[in-house]
Amino acid sequence: MKQDTLYQYILGIADNSLILGQRLGELCGHGPTLETDIAITNISLDLIGQTRSYYQYAAGLCDDGRTEDDIAFLRKEREYRNVLLVEQPNTHFGYVMVRQFFFDVFHLLFLKELQQSSDETLVAIANKAVKEVTYHQRFSSDWVKRLGDGTKESHEKIQEAVDDLWRYTEGLFYVTEVESAAVKDGIGVAVSSLKDAYYEHIKSVLTEATLSVPEHSFFQKGGKDGIHTEHMGYLLSDLQYMQRTFPNMNW
Amino acid sequence: MVIKFDGLTEVTPHIEPHLLDVLETVSDPEIPVLSVLDLGVIREAVEVDGVVHIKLTPTYSGCPAMDVMSDDLKTAFEKAGKKAIVKLVLAPAWSSDWISEAGKKKMEAYGIAAPLDATADKEALLGEAKVVACTNCGSKNTRLVSQFGSTACKALFQCNDCQEPFDYFKCLT
Repeated sequence: MKQDTLYQYILGIADNSLILGQRLGELCGHGPTLETDIAITNISLDLIGQTRSYYQYAAGLCDDGRTEDDIAFLRKEREYRNVLLVEQPNTHFGYVMVRQFFFDVFHLLFLKELQQSSDETLVAIANKAVKEVTYHQRFSSDWVKRLGDGTKESHEKIQEAVDDLWRYTEGLFYVTEVESAAVKDGIGVAVSSLKDAYYEHIKSVLTEATLSVPEHSFFQKGGKDGIHTEHMGYLLSDLQYMQRTFPNMNW
Repeated sequence: MVIKFDGLTEVTPHIEPHLLDVLETVSDPEIPVLSVLDLGVIREAVEVDGVVHIKLTPTYSGCPAMDVMSDDLKTAFEKAGKKAIVKLVLAPAWSSDWISEAGKKKMEAYGIAAPLDATADKEALLGEAKVVACTNCGSKNTRLVSQFGSTACKALFQCNDCQEPFDYFKCLT
């Protein structure tokens, strides 16, 4: 496999974790209770930690002295390959939990497949991450059930979030050219094969949470091809501020 | 020290005995009663031509203590008159089974409940069974407050009898 294709493939995985990690990081100090605040920050930390492992690996594949920071902070919006779901803004806690739940279910299925990759480093990262993401999914599923089967208001709010975010779920299974090449070489995960298991799991949790499964079939495209929603630019201006203002600054 | 890896293979970290004394002095900055040896994060420590080469593995991917541990290891060996090079390794992934028995006792004495085995841990963290004992009074009548605690590796519990809130070191196998 060409180094550049592997590089692009790694970024495709890592960008989801970076952007969701950043979104969750925005909530540090703003969680509804101390415990949920800490939980959200913990999940953010896991995701950013995973991102660092991926980016360090990717940076090592280039001979131009590129670092993980360059990859994280110095790309343009269209060079980020994350799905649209993870860049959606934080509104209320129920919305944050549904976004998390929709991603966690995918993430865990994905990592379990990545553990079978022929690339040793990706396997090592997946082995580590799968343990962490098991906790994430437990946490977000728990909250979806609690809020769905909670009060009238919590039920309404979370149902609204489910209906709103549903359109971004299909994007998780869109296959890019880079991914096809990676799958062919035994390195990548065939995401389209995860789709049935994904929706089955999502539906069972939503049903348990007394929530209805959306039936509309319109799905928003973009993300993995670098075409993002309007929210992405704002997120990046926050994320990249320090490196853009003080180039090459270090802690 | 023999540590289990994935419940199948036993993986013994390769640590040269003469380096143990210095390693024992370096602790986890977030749980200072535990040394890096107690925690099982040292995968290899060998001395080649007067330079100590250490392989360190993180407990969690984003563990911020790793950079500190790495610096502390270098400083500790510097004090002993040796240069140390620390490398971070990801495989095999760290498991809470690698925490030594002595480490678990120190953890309990420090007020953090040590990780249970995988099944009991799952029951505890799903709130299905009362198996985590209070570090203050020993009662098992405790409840899970949050699956995530003050650091990535801990969950938050509270005792229903003495009301003591305490950390539980999560099982990660």
